[in-house]
Amino acid sequence: MPDDPDKRPRKLTRRAFISTAGASAAAASIAAGTLSPNPSAAAATAAAEAPGIEGAVPVTLRINGKVQQLRIDPRTTLLDCIRETVVLTGTKKGCDHGQCGACTVHVNGRRVNSCLSLALMHDGEEITTIEGLGTPDAMHPMQAAFVAHDGYQCGYCTSGQIMSAVALLKEPCGPEDAAVKELMSGNICRCGAYPNIVAAIQQVRGNT
Amino acid sequence: MHTFEFTRPKDSAGAIRAASQTKTAQQGAESRFVAGGTTLIDLMKLNVETPSQLIDINRLPLATIEETSDGGLKIGATVRNSDLAHHPRVQKDYAVLSQALLSGASAQLRNMATTAGNLLQRTRCVYFRDTAMACNKREPGTGCPAITGFNRTLAILGTSESCIATNPSDMNVALAALEATVHVQGPKGARAVPIGEFHLLPGSTPQRETVLEPGDLITHVTLPPPIAGSKQLYLKLRDRASYEFALASAAVVLTIASGKVTRARVAMGGVGTKPWRSPEAESALVGQTADAASFRKAAEAALRNAKPQSENAFKVELAKRCLTHALQTAAAS
Repeated sequence: MPDDPDKRPRKLTRRAFISTAGASAAAASIAAGTLSPNPSAAAATAAAEAPGIEGAVPVTLRINGKVQQLRIDPRTTLLDCIRETVVLTGTKKGCDHGQCGACTVHVNGRRVNSCLSLALMHDGEEITTIEGLGTPDAMHPMQAAFVAHDGYQCGYCTSGQIMSAVALLKEPCGPEDAAVKELMSGNICRCGAYPNIVAAIQQVRGNT
Repeated sequence: MHTFEFTRPKDSAGAIRAASQTKTAQQGAESRFVAGGTTLIDLMKLNVETPSQLIDINRLPLATIEETSDGGLKIGATVRNSDLAHHPRVQKDYAVLSQALLSGASAQLRNMATTAGNLLQRTRCVYFRDTAMACNKREPGTGCPAITGFNRTLAILGTSESCIATNPSDMNVALAALEATVHVQGPKGARAVPIGEFHLLPGSTPQRETVLEPGDLITHVTLPPPIAGSKQLYLKLRDRASYEFALASAAVVLTIASGKVTRARVAMGGVGTKPWRSPEAESALVGQTADAASFRKAAEAALRNAKPQSENAFKVELAKRCLTHALQTAAAS
């Protein structure tokens, strides 16, 4: 059956389905006593995951122009805070060690690896994620160029690539393809869409 | 990652006070300053670093680049690598530093990484980064499996029977060739440490990498006044063209008059257990004709004491060619 986006149930996303299904399974396990042979241990697990996270500290982030007053475990990376706490899942976790660039976001207008930064270090700072760049109806020119040039296959690295590419527009960068490749080397694409990514960026820069 | 207390002192004195409670400022430190986080957070995720206190120094006034009274440059501890690399004075008078910085990491990481953090960048030795393995640097006395194991990328200069880990920084190599000074403020006051004395050879205590003591905060780095008419170059050789650590690199600052080398500063990266200044190469160059034969002789001198391991003998010749080519290119510039 062809997948018609208009006929999909409006509120059922893959992410929502998986988390709901996962929670139901966990609930069923607890009820059946299979998660832990000790019922009080199961209760303790549930309590630890309740809203009051032990040792949580307050932090205020401005993400895509919206003020977010949060309480987080101090160990929370900026990446995990964006994805798990604020639930903006466009930013991706690849290597989680600053080696792939999938987690690239802008902090005060500059691109960074959000996986190697603690959210607490950015109290009061301005964060921009792929969701803050454009919408499907009003794409950022870089997003439109990635679509036009097929700058992806699987799409997992794409939000990081685009966040990097948008930041690159304001950085010192020579006109030639080699300069773009050098400044985009922190974003790995396992599918190998590099030539199309460079073409998309060069179109936006007017170097085609 | 282990739990920790996160603090943000209002001034340097507060940061030093907070950090002075740690028993060591070296491997195993209970307190760590955090700025960019690109090394520290990475190692905390691997449980190689397990501080119980993180002291955020990002809001301290340490992020400026200023001219010194003698015409040199004062570079704040938390100046981002990208800002330093693109600073007009650095590009004009200390090009080797700009080139070294831009050859390291990625644009994102350079936006995060800082001057002081880069000085304290930790080795990429796979045994150091894996807590399942023995490592004298991480856990003194456990042994060095790299010596009989995967050592292709590791050091050939300054090694010991305890450790052959490479210092991975590009910036440090340029700072060595520029004869920078590291300025430290600690519980007992301020002191200035020449870059050549800041990093330590591993010897029998590879867990000790620098002269820093508990509470010591790097506040800034100074560069001496630029050498008029000097020719500078940073050349980095690696497994891929970008976003990779050096197998061998060379930072050279040359002065040539009437075809003869009158002054030379040479440092190498990717080959040493610390940023590797080569006085041997420098004295082999001074007074000689600036040509390919002299440059090759200097490279031979620089690598004379190289001690290759089972997988990295290729680095000896690679490093020689790297230095020879860097000297030739700089001289011709």
